[in-house]
Amino acid sequence: MKFGIVVFPGSHGQTDCHYVFEQILQEPVTYLWHAEEDLQGVDCVIIPGGYAYGNYLRAGAIARFAPLMEQVIAFGKKGGLILGICNGFQILTEAGLLPGALIRNPSLRFQCQNTYLRVEQTETPFTNLCEQKEVVKMPIAHEEGGFVTDKETLERLEKEGRVILRYCNEQGEVTPESNPNGSLHNIAGIVNEQGNILGMMPHPERCVEAILGGEDGKKIFNSLVAWWQGGAGR
Amino acid sequence: MFKAVVTITFKKSILDPQGSAVHKALKSLGYQEVEDVRMGKHVEILLRGEKRQEAETQVKEMCSRLLANPIIEDYQVELAEVEV
Repeated sequence: MKFGIVVFPGSHGQTDCHYVFEQILQEPVTYLWHAEEDLQGVDCVIIPGGYAYGNYLRAGAIARFAPLMEQVIAFGKKGGLILGICNGFQILTEAGLLPGALIRNPSLRFQCQNTYLRVEQTETPFTNLCEQKEVVKMPIAHEEGGFVTDKETLERLEKEGRVILRYCNEQGEVTPESNPNGSLHNIAGIVNEQGNILGMMPHPERCVEAILGGEDGKKIFNSLVAWWQGGAGR
Repeated sequence: MFKAVVTITFKKSILDPQGSAVHKALKSLGYQEVEDVRMGKHVEILLRGEKRQEAETQVKEMCSRLLANPIIEDYQVELAEVEV
């Protein structure tokens, strides 16, 4: 399964992601420069964290118009697998591939900490190796992670089971105290209608080895490979 | 030539943590009369052209495509003709 990592000026999560695919998963991986127009035949597009185009105006607002993004949007609309992490999630909402928007944390602080997440759906390309309602630990590192959307969209996301990850406490209880950024319904990650595009604020690539403080992030990446090998790739 | 002044603000339904922080700061300075503070963005655009209608249409398009995010923000456009 070939992975492509989108790199904008200002991205900074690409090297960690590259390490995950090359060293941990040992799957083919390539960087995709934002100014190019070729996805190089990858099977999954990763939009990593960072400050694409400096996050000027709004996080993701300018990155969304990069030449490569047109290809990414077309790829996603055809059902191609896309994972947007942190700034990648912000870019996906700005591009219209995912609903809602991510606004400034109510703390007005850059929140850099471990969070517990409850896996709400396991029949997805991104979480099929997780247990239903499994609690995983992944770090967040962002200043604009408050997920907001209008009431109708929020209801639809819940009804259609498109909330994949929710901030919770260690016991898996979704509480206001376990919500680090004011996200509606403690939402940490959602998918699009077809279920092939996931945006998430936490960083799975930063917890793939015990030495990094945890390996739960590997479940997301391994799920993608399992999904692919299980039929999507054939 | 036209000068467009675009004011972008959060929709009423969206929490504005910066505005709340400034509100608190003003209160702590003794301005107890302050009822609410909302922060926003101010964008000035100089635009070539002679037709007001065209300029206005163009600026509104810029707002909806890039300058504002309609999910969370409202915008207002003020257009004035200026000397080159």
